[in-house]
Amino acid sequence: MAIYINRDTRVLVQGITGRQGSFHTGQMLAYGTKIIGGVSPGKSGQLVEGVPVYDTVFAAMEKELAEASVIFIPASLAKDAALEALDAGIKILVLITEHIPLHDAMEIMAAAEARGATVVGPNTFGLVSSGLCKIGIMPNRYFIAGPVGVVSRSGTLCYEIVGHLTDNQIGTTTVVGLGGDRVVGLHFIDVLKKFEQDEETKAVILVGEIGGSAEEEAAAFITSTFSKPVVAYLAGRSAPPGKRMGHAGAIIERGRGTFASKVKALQEAGVAVAELPAEVPKMIDSLLPGSN
Amino acid sequence: MKLYEHLGKKLFFRYDIPIPRGKLAESATEAAEAAADLGEVVIKAQVLSGKRGKAGGIAFASDPDEAYREAKRILQMDFGTAGVSKLLVEEKLNIEQELYLALTVDGTTRRPVVLVSLDGGMDVEDVPEERMIRWPVDPSIGFQGYMVREICRRLGVGGELEKEFASLIPKLYRLFRDRDAELTEINPLALTKKGLIAADAKLTIDDDAIYRHPQLPVISDKTTLELKAEELDLSYVELEGDIAIMANGAGITMATLDMVQHYGGEPANFLDFGGGADTKKTAQALELLLGTNPRVLLINIFGGITRCDVVAEAFARVKETRGIDLPVSFRLVGTNEAEGRAILQKVGIESFTTMDDAVRHAVKLSRAS
Repeated sequence: MAIYINRDTRVLVQGITGRQGSFHTGQMLAYGTKIIGGVSPGKSGQLVEGVPVYDTVFAAMEKELAEASVIFIPASLAKDAALEALDAGIKILVLITEHIPLHDAMEIMAAAEARGATVVGPNTFGLVSSGLCKIGIMPNRYFIAGPVGVVSRSGTLCYEIVGHLTDNQIGTTTVVGLGGDRVVGLHFIDVLKKFEQDEETKAVILVGEIGGSAEEEAAAFITSTFSKPVVAYLAGRSAPPGKRMGHAGAIIERGRGTFASKVKALQEAGVAVAELPAEVPKMIDSLLPGSN
Repeated sequence: MKLYEHLGKKLFFRYDIPIPRGKLAESATEAAEAAADLGEVVIKAQVLSGKRGKAGGIAFASDPDEAYREAKRILQMDFGTAGVSKLLVEEKLNIEQELYLALTVDGTTRRPVVLVSLDGGMDVEDVPEERMIRWPVDPSIGFQGYMVREICRRLGVGGELEKEFASLIPKLYRLFRDRDAELTEINPLALTKKGLIAADAKLTIDDDAIYRHPQLPVISDKTTLELKAEELDLSYVELEGDIAIMANGAGITMATLDMVQHYGGEPANFLDFGGGADTKKTAQALELLLGTNPRVLLINIFGGITRCDVVAEAFARVKETRGIDLPVSFRLVGTNEAEGRAILQKVGIESFTTMDDAVRHAVKLSRAS
């Protein structure tokens, strides 16, 4: 099963001729992702890693319909590319690009909502249904199939935790990177809803950080609706108040979004909160069916 | 990027949002001259600190002599990162009621949100939720008349005040959208006999959209080092401790800081040099960090888009050219790990594979040195 994407998901790569676009097309193909085309205005007729390149998303879709598209386009041009994909009928849009202006992101989200499409990111590593389909930039070898769903706000920290799982022979169903920006398409709750319905997902790891209220909202959802065990790891315990720590979201304001408030909310929802990334595998293992 | 009040008000003026009559002064003499012109005045330090009022950076003066004295006092104040170089001298308003109006970006609804309250002023953060009306606006529709009617219904106001809001909110919304603002806040929004007047202006422009607004001046309350990091496109924050930290990705950098504290060490900084940096950028980040004279250097790399060999190469280059004579704890795993490890060995550095080991070692080194 897995969520959002699977073995049959057909994927376009927008910005396929660029340095990142071409490199990650190769990586995704190596993982087994079904990439049916790339888009790069003015470059039609070329092949990248054996994938045909088209001038527009519409041209690619005339050839074969894709469900998903991943965008490797510079921030100043990303809105145009995203709206093009949505208008052409793409249903899962993955925005890898960092530094997309907030107002552009809000317009993209409104357009996606109106068209019933899902946006992952911006500023995300993407998502992967382990062993089936990877749409993003994460290192292939850590994502092996198994019973754990993972949803994360940050990239490298998520690799760190999934890496610990892999070292302990624990695999994943789907791993979703929400993205580090203030306006992103998916929140913890959206992904938890999907994991709740996915029979193969037996437990979930939530990787959060200070700033915003997404973890608190997730906690409320877990209390009311979510039936599977959850382990959380949160970054930012040591962050001094009022200092921005990189992600647009990682800012502490007005007493909300603090480390303490998030830990408290999650613990009250019955979530096991890990102190260190390396503790996560043992904690999740003890919560999986068949363990004591 | 935060804008000074006087720049915010300049923008308000362009969007026809009513502001008090006022003048910018750079000396006590200029403030006194402004007061001679304006009558009873309020003198406001032009600083980015949010606690300006409570710290004494705002004063009233009823004549030019008093304006001179107060201006002189405020110009000598220190707001942490910066002194005061400019004052805004404005006519004192006869305020009947202090209201609140803001537009900001709401991550939860992914939309611009209008915030309106009849309880503006210093303690607006404590206004109960039901007295702070929040109205998310679909940016593809924009701000419409019915939204004002609904906001006013919820506030329980009508008549003249509703007309004032109907004129004011669309202007603020336009400014917010046109100028790529993250925040446009008017607190207090003064209700006077002449209608609503923006007594203050707090504007923050989205850093990622600054390139679309070349006419804006560059304003920063960052330290020199933080500014240098910004030039290099690094995410850097100075802290108090002695273990310098460098990692790739905001989340894992924060987690590294947390773990240093967990094991009893003190981070000297937060430095995220991003994903996929080349040798040059990595070397620059390293040099910046070494320039802060930390006691111990901790590097934590989980290479995905970042390549271990590139980071190791940058480290080796800096070690050979500049010299790195402080104790180093290096964690290196991920893309091209073996190559990276070999490069480090050549310059005499043994790397760790787990974050735990590297952090513990760094804390031990910080105690020994």
